[in-house]
Amino acid sequence: MSERLSVRKTYKLYIGGAFPRSESGRSYVVTGAKGEFLANASKASRKDVRDAVTAARKAFPGWSSATAYNRGQILYRIAEMLEGRRAQFVSEVAEADGVSGKKAGELVDAAVDRLVWYAGWSDKISSLRGSANPVAGPYFNLSTPEPTGVVGVVAPPMGPLFGLVSVIAPVIVTGNTCVVIASERAPLPSITLAEVLATSDLPGGVVNILTGSAGEMAPWLAGHMDVNGLDLTGADAELAQKCEELAAENLKRVLRPNGKTDWAADPGTGRMTAFLETKTVWHPIGI
Amino acid sequence: MIFEYAPAPESREVVDIRPSYGLFINGEFVDGSGTPFKTVNPASEETLAEVATATEADVDRAVQAARKAFGVWSALPGSERAKYLFRIARIIQERARELAVLESLDNGKPIKESRDVDLPLVAAHFFYYAGWADKLQYAGYGTTPLGVAGQVIPWNFPLLMLAWKIAPALACGNTVVLKPAETTPLTALLFAEICQQADLPPGVVNIVTGAGETGAAVVGHPDVDKVAFTGSTEVGRLIARAVAGTNKKVTLELGGKAANIVFDDAAIDQAVEGIVTGIFFNQGHVCCAGSRLLVQESVAEELLSSLKRRLSTLRLGDPLDKNTDIGAINSAAQLAKIRELSEAGEAEGADRWSPACPLPDKGFWFPPTVFTGVSQSHRIAREEIFGPVLSVLTFRTPAEAVEKANNTPYGLSAGVWTEKASRMLWMANRLRAGVVWSNTFNKFDPTSPFGGYKESGYGREGGRHGLEAYLKEIS
Repeated sequence: MSERLSVRKTYKLYIGGAFPRSESGRSYVVTGAKGEFLANASKASRKDVRDAVTAARKAFPGWSSATAYNRGQILYRIAEMLEGRRAQFVSEVAEADGVSGKKAGELVDAAVDRLVWYAGWSDKISSLRGSANPVAGPYFNLSTPEPTGVVGVVAPPMGPLFGLVSVIAPVIVTGNTCVVIASERAPLPSITLAEVLATSDLPGGVVNILTGSAGEMAPWLAGHMDVNGLDLTGADAELAQKCEELAAENLKRVLRPNGKTDWAADPGTGRMTAFLETKTVWHPIGI
Repeated sequence: MIFEYAPAPESREVVDIRPSYGLFINGEFVDGSGTPFKTVNPASEETLAEVATATEADVDRAVQAARKAFGVWSALPGSERAKYLFRIARIIQERARELAVLESLDNGKPIKESRDVDLPLVAAHFFYYAGWADKLQYAGYGTTPLGVAGQVIPWNFPLLMLAWKIAPALACGNTVVLKPAETTPLTALLFAEICQQADLPPGVVNIVTGAGETGAAVVGHPDVDKVAFTGSTEVGRLIARAVAGTNKKVTLELGGKAANIVFDDAAIDQAVEGIVTGIFFNQGHVCCAGSRLLVQESVAEELLSSLKRRLSTLRLGDPLDKNTDIGAINSAAQLAKIRELSEAGEAEGADRWSPACPLPDKGFWFPPTVFTGVSQSHRIAREEIFGPVLSVLTFRTPAEAVEKANNTPYGLSAGVWTEKASRMLWMANRLRAGVVWSNTFNKFDPTSPFGGYKESGYGREGGRHGLEAYLKEIS
């Protein structure tokens, strides 16, 4: 009896709730921390970026008008599904980062906990960011936060799971949809995360994940006129400046990279509020 | 019928305009290094004064003064900063008539607006933010000021935009270098005198005058920590590009093309008043003006005839006359732009209408104008005209109204007229705009956050939200 040959996973993109290969037909070799072959990942193209933006735009009306309670439930569900696949993520993170199984386990746990933390924000951020305004006249006047729209995210190259979850969750919990450029160096956990998202009642298109070259894809995302916000956390200084310049064309809200982010620290509300608008509604009071 | 009114001009005597003005740097008026420019009364084309042009070197001096003052100002207890701002608010109230007359002279807006809208809001804005100066720790944005704020403001509400910029900046402990618009520098320079009267420490407020290059020097100065701009989306884009790769914090309040939506169950007379306020207030020189009227088809005819009747009673003329409803267009350049777009409206097939409205011989004037038969592809339905020109479109269903209202790269404001509350809130939820006025329009208050979605810019001015623009993020 020969030893059984394992069935490997094909890592594809995640667009509109489906897992297509890059339309370009390109792939690239992903290696582990010690340089060993791990898999061939899809190398997404400009056209894939545009398809992903279309999917994110299509998903925005439904996701942004879902109740905050519903969005919170779904984020919590993502945490549950991630926890259920813990072993798989531990092995992928260990391979990608060359860390021990124990350390990888801690990073996966932290990612689960972060999702739970953000899930709880869905129906609380409005209380913090909204206000009833005492205008000097007989008017009802209320300000509430609303999601910005479609947000492009350049995920951090380090922290292929924990960092990734830490940038996606704050964007979507408030009702935005997003197109994420995964860590170029370690993209495999992002696609496995996509499998978690696809089975968590998250509507297709709310999160779209592309693997490949950030330097190639990010400028297309930054210059896309139907993208409303841009998180450049994972971009180096040169790429970030280029993207910020491109983002000026339709005045995207830009979250600049902020040196080295300590993902373990309390994230605060800044990643959520960077992609929130404030709407103020006036109405006369009278009989 | 039209009643004949006797002229009721507000006296100019209350204002003492100097023949020439310098820059206000480090608490003193100093000469500018550039070629001085003239500021004119747009209602008569008479030159009001000659004003200094700040060059890059002058701007640098102003930024240095602001940097030096930042140490002192940010170290003051909030309660002391508050008292300076309260003091400024009081002086503005005391000198309100003088400021209102000067604003109308330099800008061309009717005195009833500068007196009853601009000036009360200016004083209220300083009062409001004065109160925040010693309460920042409760606001949720931290308490650390950014440093030197470079602020560039437009000509449509010169003193009000100054208040929106300076009051929150100072309350949070920043110092400022502000550039007023080239065509309306005078009230900002009078405000500089008010800072002197209030004994504000030198360098806390610096006013540099000039054209676009002066503004670019303010925005581009490497020692400016914060850029605040109100103006066109075109310039907003340039600023967003210029600050790329820097640590400058930016807020932009840009253009708009607001939909004012009237449903068939609306109170028609009130809606007509709201439409008039929406587009003819301040000659339509309002970024949040309701420049696209979306009216439900079933009431379009009735509404338009009421609107036209109402427009026939508007009085256009001398901005200093207390009976004047429509003042002068701020500049020859703006008048040319309004004319060009209106001609494009006709050329593209829309029907143009204005009431019988004699225009004065001198000065820059444009009659209230309504275009009907406008389609969404027309330039007058897409581009910001920034003048007294209303484009009328119709709709049948609420969903169509939302679709048309949101069909613009802008997102500053919107109006909804209906007597049905659930429909109003349904609309308000779906309109992608920073301010939604329902059964009212063009209302402003210092406690109420103002600012846009999409290409109308980012950041909010007013309210607790307005503090965020001038404080360091806490994370």
